[in-house]
Amino acid sequence: MQRYTDVICSFCGTLCDDIEVVVEDNKIVDVKHACRIGTAKFLASNDYEHRLLKPMVRKNGKLVEVSLDEAIEEAARILKDATKPLLYGWSSTSCEAHSVGVELAEELGGVIDNTTTVCHGPSVLAIHDAGYISCTLGEVKNRADLIIYWGANPMHGHPRHLSRYSIFPRGYFRERGQQDRELIVIDVRKTDTAKIANKFIKVNYGEDYELISALRKVVNGGELREESVAGVPREEIIALAEKMKNAQFGVLFFGMGLTQSYGRHRNIDNAINLVRDLNAHTKFVIMAMRGHYNVTGFNEVLSWQAGFPYAVDFGRGYAWYNPGETTANDVLQRGECDAALIIASDPVSHFPRKSIEHLARIPFIAIDIHPTPTTQLADVVIPSAIAGIEVEGTAYRMDAVPLRLRKVKEPPEGVLSDVEILRRILARVRGEEALTAKAEVAK
Amino acid sequence: MKEVVLTPKEQPSYGLIAECISCDVFAGKSIDEIKALPVYYGNKQGELGDFFEISGEVASSAEEQRIVIAGDVPKTRWIGKEMSAGEIVVKGSAEMYVGAWMRGGKIIVEGNVGAFSGMLMQGGELYVKGNAGDYLGCSYRGEWRGMRGGTIIVEGNAGMEVGQNLNGGRIFVKGSVESFAGVRMKKGLLVVGSATDRVGAQMVGGTIVVLGNVLRLLPSFDPAGEVENPSVADESFEGVFNKYTGDHAERHAKGVLYVRKE
Amino acid sequence: MSGLILKNGYVYDPLNGIKGEKMDICIENGKIVEEVSDAKVIDCSGKVVMPGGVEIHSHLAGGKVNVGRMLRPEDHLKNVYPKTKLTRAANGYSTPSTFLTGYLYAKLGYTTAFTAALPPLMARHTHEELHDIPMLDKGALTLMGNNWFIMRYLKRGDVELAAAFVAWLLKAVKGYAIKVVNPGGGEAWGWGRDVRSLDDPVPHFDITPREIISGLVKVNEMLALPHSIHLHANNLGRVGNFATTLETMQVPNGTKPARERQVLQLTHAQFHSYGGDSWKNFASEAESIAKAVNSNENVIIDIGQVVFGDTTTMTADGPMEYYLSSLTGLKWANKNIELETSPGVTPFVYSKRSPVSAVQWAVGLELALHINDAWKVLLTTDHPNGAPFFKYPTIIAWLMSSKYREETMKEVHSAAQKNTTLATIDREYDFYEIATITRAGQAKSLGIQETKGHLGVGADADVAVYDINPEEIDPSRDYKLIEEKFARTSYTIKGGEIVVKDGEIVKVVQGKTLYIDARVDESLEREVMRDIDYYFKRFYSVNLANYPVQEVYLTNPTPVQIDATNVR
Repeated sequence: MQRYTDVICSFCGTLCDDIEVVVEDNKIVDVKHACRIGTAKFLASNDYEHRLLKPMVRKNGKLVEVSLDEAIEEAARILKDATKPLLYGWSSTSCEAHSVGVELAEELGGVIDNTTTVCHGPSVLAIHDAGYISCTLGEVKNRADLIIYWGANPMHGHPRHLSRYSIFPRGYFRERGQQDRELIVIDVRKTDTAKIANKFIKVNYGEDYELISALRKVVNGGELREESVAGVPREEIIALAEKMKNAQFGVLFFGMGLTQSYGRHRNIDNAINLVRDLNAHTKFVIMAMRGHYNVTGFNEVLSWQAGFPYAVDFGRGYAWYNPGETTANDVLQRGECDAALIIASDPVSHFPRKSIEHLARIPFIAIDIHPTPTTQLADVVIPSAIAGIEVEGTAYRMDAVPLRLRKVKEPPEGVLSDVEILRRILARVRGEEALTAKAEVAK
Repeated sequence: MKEVVLTPKEQPSYGLIAECISCDVFAGKSIDEIKALPVYYGNKQGELGDFFEISGEVASSAEEQRIVIAGDVPKTRWIGKEMSAGEIVVKGSAEMYVGAWMRGGKIIVEGNVGAFSGMLMQGGELYVKGNAGDYLGCSYRGEWRGMRGGTIIVEGNAGMEVGQNLNGGRIFVKGSVESFAGVRMKKGLLVVGSATDRVGAQMVGGTIVVLGNVLRLLPSFDPAGEVENPSVADESFEGVFNKYTGDHAERHAKGVLYVRKE
Repeated sequence: MSGLILKNGYVYDPLNGIKGEKMDICIENGKIVEEVSDAKVIDCSGKVVMPGGVEIHSHLAGGKVNVGRMLRPEDHLKNVYPKTKLTRAANGYSTPSTFLTGYLYAKLGYTTAFTAALPPLMARHTHEELHDIPMLDKGALTLMGNNWFIMRYLKRGDVELAAAFVAWLLKAVKGYAIKVVNPGGGEAWGWGRDVRSLDDPVPHFDITPREIISGLVKVNEMLALPHSIHLHANNLGRVGNFATTLETMQVPNGTKPARERQVLQLTHAQFHSYGGDSWKNFASEAESIAKAVNSNENVIIDIGQVVFGDTTTMTADGPMEYYLSSLTGLKWANKNIELETSPGVTPFVYSKRSPVSAVQWAVGLELALHINDAWKVLLTTDHPNGAPFFKYPTIIAWLMSSKYREETMKEVHSAAQKNTTLATIDREYDFYEIATITRAGQAKSLGIQETKGHLGVGADADVAVYDINPEEIDPSRDYKLIEEKFARTSYTIKGGEIVVKDGEIVKVVQGKTLYIDARVDESLEREVMRDIDYYFKRFYSVNLANYPVQEVYLTNPTPVQIDATNVR
């Protein structure tokens, strides 16, 4: 029996790093401190019946088990033959895998994109225009006296966010924890998070932008003419603006309720500027509630290697970026890509129908831990080990704090890490001999 | 003017990057040299002649050059990129980035244009008989110094974020535009037939004129009375308009919005 | 690995006092050697041979640089290079991609570079980026001037515990030196405030910038770290800030350096040498600062030169970035980092038409020209704050040619003429001084002069060969040629291998990563670990066990061992 402490949970962007895991006979028998979802992920790693264990290649319309070498060879062939391959997914694997992925995309002259495109892509676009006035989560814990969740429901999406970083913990300047803080939730419906808030503000569906504009006008000294904006009475808007201005340290956490509702990136642009305006009065920061545990890491890696955070087209040998043109759904819906590699993601369950229809038409490779609708539709399926449970690697928390994922158990026999799979595909694309017994990775 | 005619063959599904279709590039070349100009699709490089039948007369200077694309090119991008003079006529629809970074001359598109057309224009004229996609006359991602000169005219409708970060020049959309027309606008003139909502969002300068309806105004615009036959620079607009200033979500905003009274 | 002989070049090697003598440099197994048999001969006749350049202060890598990249996609439409068989796709002007950063430094003849500001909690990120910067040996200056542990220890007068903490921190985050940025101001920015003088108390910590600086100077010398403390003083970029700067330079008075070097490097001094009392009468005080440096044995500076154009400012000085973005109205990124620091990023355009930019441009050059001893001046642009680092050749040309300075002065706002002394200076740097301010002085300041910054036997075989014949070129007149030739080496040799030839990358190599591994007294270490443990449990958002950076992140990890067990 082996007990591991300080284990990092590779589920959501909260990236809790205080998990205790007990392993016996290469099975996780106990998980402490993790939330319900995190615990389930750890325990699910034991369940080989619902894991992908064997590489498969589609032959005569059916996926059949093959050797790993054959699957790698077929994957490399598909990608090499393509004129515009799309490499998509990435948010639930390590930065080391991202790094090889970027090199592969570059080698192929393909398009590389991650799930940012369907979650916080609008936040990234807003950052390009407005900047990003933020902090690490420990700053919130130590200093924040006003916490706002807007279009985010951490009780469900990020269960320990409230207890580790925001409303509940005791901090250096907030010794009494929750009693020293105020929680406001702004959303279109009364979520479970809203139920524990000091105040819930219900905004009309699709009118967040108007509410932010009204708040900014008031914060900047203007007068509101309307009796109410976005369903919120004038007095309440004025009171909220005052509360924000008078906080010692305020934080605005926003989620997909803001990024994916009407207005999208302009909602975030306006929200970041609201926070900027508030800095003329007090300390205020803003943070995106990133979903997948390493969606942030992909944005980081692609930025330092290729200069852009997601949706990069290497078709001309260099990086070109313009969401709307180079984003996965746009490339799929316009029918531009002629092959794909999907890794650590299940777009068939989440993408619009038109995207999936094109994906179904082209040859594609799926690398994943579990069978998914995407792996069922794929032409090559390669099982991979779970980063953060079965292999080490790097992940970036939602506030871009990088952590080293730990390994607590061995992967199923013959199952490689994403890094190693990608390295082998890259080697075959380059016509190099397959890397077999070589050391795991460079780092 | 001397005319070169490009007759489209089959368009590649990957999208065709044809920034060489510009009077500046064509001028002074032989037809064979023009056929051999590089175009890009996916990870491949091809020649313009692979995708177009090319004939006609080449001028010695861009000013004297006219390029006619004799049909629809629904997958072709970057027509007239950085063009400084001459004329391009597209007798059909084109895809994204028509006239991006254009500095002079004229581009006429008889059908529709895709998103990002007129991006970061500095001069010249882009005339579209059909509709335009999103981000007409926009800036590039993150670039706060947007389109700064030239004129864009669209007879039909346009998508979202027309004139985003507009920093000079003029955009006329005779039909309707979707949300966020003139978002983050700083200078210049944007005239639209009608608009949905969020017109002039976060604008700090310049003028927007709506000749018809606006579905909904932002709460951060303030009324500034009625104006009869307002004129902006050398353009004047007939009728009685409600004048607004904004976007007062921004500090020190000096944007002006006219909306014609019914 | 077979040897190399660089034959017959004009060698400039200030650490060995060699001033343009014609000689051969022999290389074997990555080192400079007395002689070598079986060697490839490179004819360097008619060429300048210098040690590989050493960069002491450049925002190369890490969270803040990457925020700059995310903030500025438009910056990455510039400097675009497609992938080749050898090199990766690369782009970016003021925030170049990691690969491009390595390639561009190598083309300039640089072989070693230190990133200017590593925030400890984000150290893993910095190292991930450094990992992806090829061609260079690397290290990281580590931010400590607003660290809660350090402020608390120094307030209590526990210098020894502060020293033990610094030793632990450097090893944990694989850092190389103590970097101090706006001491106290970074913590104040946690409340949206700043400190504006050396004696402004830091909110809640009841310590002053003066106490933080003098305490860290003590700590640094107690540990006898290779580099001195590296200080970004308070009031960066503010009108009239020279008074604070002069006062700051006096803080370590009376301190004896533990090694043969300064006790204080005042970084990007250009941004700290301003007079006037409003933007309207903004003026240079470079001469006062230079005078003070001339008469102070403890202090050296790096310039932080401004070159006109569009760039991205990024510092751990959060309040300054807010202030700057409020002046320009441009997009602004900020990142307060728990218990440690608070960086910010905002774009900036240095315009020739702007009186302020014109004065800033002149101030940097004035500093370099008024400070008599070239060993006290290091060439930097505080990349990318004053300009991207690949503008160094232009600055070298300005320093070598008063005519070039005059020509530029004609193009810029008259404030450069009126509000600075630049026009009155005739001094021109020679090649020996250029070698001093770009490699020898930097190596000495960093304490790596045994193996870096010179061409004596035993040095690392890092060499730059420039296609300049000092007997034929008159830099004063041929400044354009100087600018052009310093921009692309004939050869850059890294660890004995030719990596650049005629300005093109011919081989991609991975350098070493230097970090400090200082050992302190065990009981002292136990005591400091108790505090660290207590603070991590309560106030950090990560567990202590997940904080230290594993060596696996470093390319060729190279610990510099320090025995500080006498500190107790």
